[in-house]
Amino acid sequence: MKPKSQRLVLVGAALVALLAAVLLAMWGLREKASYFYTPSELDRAAVGKAIRLGGMVEQGSLVRNDALTVQFAVTDGKDKVTVVYRGIPPELFREGSGVVAEGKLLPQGLFVADNILAKHDERYMPPQLGNIAAEHEAGKTLDK
Amino acid sequence: MIAEAGLAALWLAAGLAALQLVLAVAALRAGTAAGRTMRAVAIIQGGLTLTAFVMLLVVFVRTDLSVALVVENSHSAKPFVYKLAGAWGNHEGSMLLWVTVLAVAGAFLAALSRRLGERTMIATLGSQAALALGFYAFLLIASNPFARLNPAPPEGQGLNPLLQDPGLAFHPPTLYFGYVGLSVAFSLAFGALLTNEVDARLARAMRPWVLAAWIFLTFGITAGSYWAYYELGWGGYWFWDPVENASLMPWLAATALLHSINVLAARGALKAWTMMLAVVGFSMSMVGTFLVRSGVLTSVHAFAIDPQRGTFLLGLLALYVGAAFALFAWRGASLKEGAPFELVSRETGLVINNLLLSVILGLVFVGTLYPLFVEAVTGEKLSVGAPYFNLVAGPLALILAVLVGVGPLLAWRRERRPVFRLLTVPALLGVGALVISIILWPGMTVLPRLGLTVAAYLAVASILPLVVRNPLRAPLATWGMVVAHFGIAVALAGMAANAAFTSETLAVARPGERLAVGPWLVQLEQVVPTAGPNWTALEGQLSASRGDPPVTLAPQSRYFRDPPMETNEAAIATFWNGQLYTVIGKPDGEGGWQLRLWWKPFVTLIWLGGGMIGLGGALALSGRLWRSRRRRIAAEWRKERYA
Repeated sequence: MKPKSQRLVLVGAALVALLAAVLLAMWGLREKASYFYTPSELDRAAVGKAIRLGGMVEQGSLVRNDALTVQFAVTDGKDKVTVVYRGIPPELFREGSGVVAEGKLLPQGLFVADNILAKHDERYMPPQLGNIAAEHEAGKTLDK
Repeated sequence: MIAEAGLAALWLAAGLAALQLVLAVAALRAGTAAGRTMRAVAIIQGGLTLTAFVMLLVVFVRTDLSVALVVENSHSAKPFVYKLAGAWGNHEGSMLLWVTVLAVAGAFLAALSRRLGERTMIATLGSQAALALGFYAFLLIASNPFARLNPAPPEGQGLNPLLQDPGLAFHPPTLYFGYVGLSVAFSLAFGALLTNEVDARLARAMRPWVLAAWIFLTFGITAGSYWAYYELGWGGYWFWDPVENASLMPWLAATALLHSINVLAARGALKAWTMMLAVVGFSMSMVGTFLVRSGVLTSVHAFAIDPQRGTFLLGLLALYVGAAFALFAWRGASLKEGAPFELVSRETGLVINNLLLSVILGLVFVGTLYPLFVEAVTGEKLSVGAPYFNLVAGPLALILAVLVGVGPLLAWRRERRPVFRLLTVPALLGVGALVISIILWPGMTVLPRLGLTVAAYLAVASILPLVVRNPLRAPLATWGMVVAHFGIAVALAGMAANAAFTSETLAVARPGERLAVGPWLVQLEQVVPTAGPNWTALEGQLSASRGDPPVTLAPQSRYFRDPPMETNEAAIATFWNGQLYTVIGKPDGEGGWQLRLWWKPFVTLIWLGGGMIGLGGALALSGRLWRSRRRRIAAEWRKERYA
């Protein structure tokens, strides 16, 4: 191959790769990006899909159903959803702190979590929770 | 006093960086020889920044509570190592470390690199000074690590307990060496594009830097993965968390660069492509730094709340990446392509390697930034996690792993020999593994099954480059390549085995009770309180047996006081064929304790493989350095002899 046509082939290959990457990414995101909901955004359409639910664990709502199952309410100040989780929740999981639960919403409105996301430290907020927490804090200050 | 000295050193270094940049521009315009002066300036600048960083370490070791950063991130009752680690376990300190590595790398480049032409060297040092200058400004204006606090409080707030771990203490510096080491490749590419000296000589000068940065990245990512595995207590080794992706993206770019640079060094081909990868590599480092340091990961809104730092970093990113790509667009088209090659050749193999790595990089990049993009545009919140990344990147990584077995067997320029026959044995082994896995474990999912297949094939295929020649006479660089490629097979086998064979038990046990997990019977003996230097804990004492004498494990639930926080310390017992991973949770109030147990067969292969990949890089690097040293000595000897 002449250097010039070789160059064209290489540039062509790079463009094809770029196009393939974009198409693959778009397809993958359509298939697998899971939506993040706060309790007031949850509706019928979310039932049965793998989603993430984020908010604050409501004060006084945490109960142990048995030794390994916890039940609690997640609230965003406007609405709340009851969540059940079987497993050892992360150590930083407690009432009044932020939480992200991964799982499914049942038709009767109960959220079954497969996973409770741990926070890295007490200052860390789950990515999509930053503003809820800020509003929550602001609400607390106003209450006082 | 010490804090002020550090700050002064930092200001001086920034001044020298500005001088270095001005000298470079003047020398390039007037065509004068400023190389010697510039080298000296670069070395002094590196020394000053290093001094500033040492001052910060001193301030932390002494727990000088009049410095705000110490108050926020340290505590007098902390063990020595974590006082040191506290210096870089926060925003300001880690940015200072970042700049220190950048300046010291520039100093080493100035002191050691003899291969380059004078003009390219000047342009390169100028580019490195421009990079440093931006980050000095960022430190001095937006994140001064030496800021004083008046009045000084009586005690510091302590370091996040999760960070108080030997693995994590040295994880960020390792990654930073890798991240910032790529800046040298960026500057070399920038300098060579500017002076039109993109050739094999440049590639040979750039290669050790890329290799070294890549080695650090490899070890850093591997260590970080193991840290997440044992410290976070979820038994996972990779979470596709944006912070992890931020380190994976430069690694992918550096891996591609590492391979294409060999084409440029050996054949003078793929000039434009290699320069672009050098630019992309450090750009990914800066994107990673921006993601981690701007607060944008916490939320697009958090970024908007504290805009100064984020905007500053984003501005630097846009400036440097924009300038490099503009230069690339201007000069890239005029680069002469090197020697031609045929379809079946080593070059083609490396081109395919690069295309696949770039596509994977693109997919990770899009997946990491997509949620931020969507939130900024529509306000809708999305999360992109493991399902996406495994779906789109997994199959491509497997295809790449198959080709890793083929590429190194091909000759440069054109391959006429029947090399594919060599692959019969590895291919048969792969098929054998596939058939066996279908018979023994019909329920296994697709990716782990293919992973085992490809691992079996690659374990043998990767060794072939040594088999076809006398292994003892093969250069060290070839050994390095083989070790690294074999490491891929090892890591792949570990990931597949972990995904396919892990067994998990979650239950409540009273002292004396036994739980089964995989082949193990685990008995909870008792739960006792215990204490460390700055924590107290409840420790579960477990004994586990599978026929042979039992082993004991002691997972803890720790409580730290400064700052107040609870952590789970998993207890892990390692055996040749896997790990037993145990976590203790809360009491159930009736004498029982929550226990979470995993048996993870061959999970250790993941990090063993990662270590081998890094070790392979280290072998290749020492081989290259040794060879170039020998060549230089031989050249000097000839000069003396015939002078």
